[in-house]
Amino acid sequence: MTDLHKTGAVGEPVRPDAAPPTAYLDVRDLRIHFPTDDGLVKSVDGLSFQLERGKTLGIVGESGSGKSVTSLGIMGLHTVGQYGRGKARISGEIWLDGKELMTADPDRVRRLRGREMAMIFQDPLSAMHPYFTVGHQIVEAYRVHNDVDKKTARKRAVELLDRVGIPQPDRRVDDYPHQFSGGMRQRAMIAMALVNNPDLLIADEPTTALDVTVQAQILDLIRDLQKEFGSAVIVITHDLGVVAELADDILVMYGGRCVERGPAEQVFHTPQHPYTWGLLGSMPRIDREQTERLIPVKGSPPSLINVPAGCAFNPRCPYADVPAAGVTRTERPELRPVTGAEGGRHLSACHMSQEERTRIWTEEIAPKL
Amino acid sequence: MSIPEQQTAGGPEPILRVKGLVKHFPITKGLLRRQIGAVQAVDGLTFDVLAGETLGVVGESGCGKSTMGRLITRLLEPTGGTVEFQGKDITHLGVAGMRPMRRDVQMIFQDPYSSLNPRHTVGTIVGAPFRLQGIKPEGGVKKEVQRLLGLVGLNPEHYNRYPHEFSGGQRQRIGIARALALNPKLVVADEPVSALDVSIQAQVVNLLDDLQTELGLTYVIIAHDLSVIRHVSDRIAVMYLGKLVELTDRSSLYTRPMHPYTKALLSAVPVPDPGRRTKRERILLKGDVPSPISPPSGCRFHTRCWKATEVCSSQEPPLVALEPGHQVACHHPESVPEPAPATA
Repeated sequence: MTDLHKTGAVGEPVRPDAAPPTAYLDVRDLRIHFPTDDGLVKSVDGLSFQLERGKTLGIVGESGSGKSVTSLGIMGLHTVGQYGRGKARISGEIWLDGKELMTADPDRVRRLRGREMAMIFQDPLSAMHPYFTVGHQIVEAYRVHNDVDKKTARKRAVELLDRVGIPQPDRRVDDYPHQFSGGMRQRAMIAMALVNNPDLLIADEPTTALDVTVQAQILDLIRDLQKEFGSAVIVITHDLGVVAELADDILVMYGGRCVERGPAEQVFHTPQHPYTWGLLGSMPRIDREQTERLIPVKGSPPSLINVPAGCAFNPRCPYADVPAAGVTRTERPELRPVTGAEGGRHLSACHMSQEERTRIWTEEIAPKL
Repeated sequence: MSIPEQQTAGGPEPILRVKGLVKHFPITKGLLRRQIGAVQAVDGLTFDVLAGETLGVVGESGCGKSTMGRLITRLLEPTGGTVEFQGKDITHLGVAGMRPMRRDVQMIFQDPYSSLNPRHTVGTIVGAPFRLQGIKPEGGVKKEVQRLLGLVGLNPEHYNRYPHEFSGGQRQRIGIARALALNPKLVVADEPVSALDVSIQAQVVNLLDDLQTELGLTYVIIAHDLSVIRHVSDRIAVMYLGKLVELTDRSSLYTRPMHPYTKALLSAVPVPDPGRRTKRERILLKGDVPSPISPPSGCRFHTRCWKATEVCSSQEPPLVALEPGHQVACHHPESVPEPAPATA
């Protein structure tokens, strides 16, 4: 835990002349690499985004696209080091409320973790300690950051359990995690994450392990709590339905990089990257009668040890032949703003010209969805 | 419980008939393993599977859909009721009695990691059905296995590789090739795509679709994902706590669900369209699914149902056809053309 958040020696150096952050959370050129026997795994490779208080960012991607590694990186939960098993090489900047976390003292980051930023994990059964009662674990999280006696903390735990919708919270507070159902455990974990009123809440696949009816309850709960507390929320998921329910902004990740980012409506209604088209085409839709075939993305996601040169999506892209003259396949497309998009916050990393992409989307992809 | 006879006249023949299917897993205690209760995983299912169709089975975890799949493939022995496959009663057949039937009824499993033996090569895995059934395919087992690998979109050259050398989607294809080896008539797929990534999921769904057209298969597809079920199924059965609550064709289930549970289930699915989240009315069910060890009396859904009345907690609603081909088990069904006859 001693060298948490120290800058590794990968990627570009920190730019001292960079503009001071204005957003609540500002992630700049985040790179998280893991050295392994087979080679360097570039889980996250140059990711940047901003998030304001009261807004929700949805990070979408398939398994191995680097979504969870990103969230653990923001929380400062990777063990940093140049070599060795499980060690991560991290570079870039993470600004939280005007404070840079990567170069900050690890003790300071630890004090922020849990109070300023908190996390909800996918699997509540393995994220909670089976040996302690749910109440004990919430009380512990509260007392680490607040100088209060056990009685006050317990009252706070009961209050939070009640707020997240656990029936009979004053009795259930003394239950062990295994005595809770899956949905209740997820609620208890949300209570634990919220006990210190964090301003940043990261939910990593918060509903993947749950049934749809319970998923709907949890999504509503996250939305209500965000309104109430005004937190910034990052939702990480592979389910486009879940992000459409929650997110204001969407970031699509592929092979450790962002391929498209923008306001939810624009990303869903006028997507500007072939991978986003692929995700939308692969998904069976509940809201329409679909007799036609799904349009899957061919092939499978790239290995993060050997990410294709140039655009990582190139080998699977049905339009890989289209790019404009003068662009070589080994050139990596940069994230560029989509011109004409409202607000100018819609970005996409594709070599095709925007006219070409708009034409393909409106003529070839959208009618088939 | 009375079992309403199904009308299948005029349509294709049922390949599988299930009547009053029950499976209770005993809970024992103490040295003498005295039975102190039972998990009522499946409690009285009656349905037909027609030849050439895809029957989708949906429900939340713990509703008994996987147990149902294992009962109709006879991987489990039913506690009660009958299972007829092509007119033959297979309810209590032993291992030897079932062996000839195994050629016709095959299963695809959810987890492509644990359902393939890591110490066997793909050739051995896909060739196992021939060995077990003592069948010598024309041209030899190896040639036939390679044909099957080609059929499911794998490279036949990969005959000698081990499962760990394949990705999740490819492994699921190996499982499908194995299920198809003996040219089955009925394939039961238990969550065939839920362990796969979205883009891979679509590939496997399309593959299942193609194989059905090509080989004339009948599918029973069990899944919790209502979007996938809507895409693949001709008819859909909705299960809740070991019971069928609604059984109908795809379009009427999704456009005019009659059972409140189906309605709530459909409204809970997140729609991938951010513009619609404010417009949709969502029915939020309270609480969790009750335990199948002591299910609620009467209608099992009455503890979470917003339409529940006294009759719901005392009388169990039978599964009746309120419209041709639309069976519902509810005292207060939704969107019924005339006043519900079931509230007597």
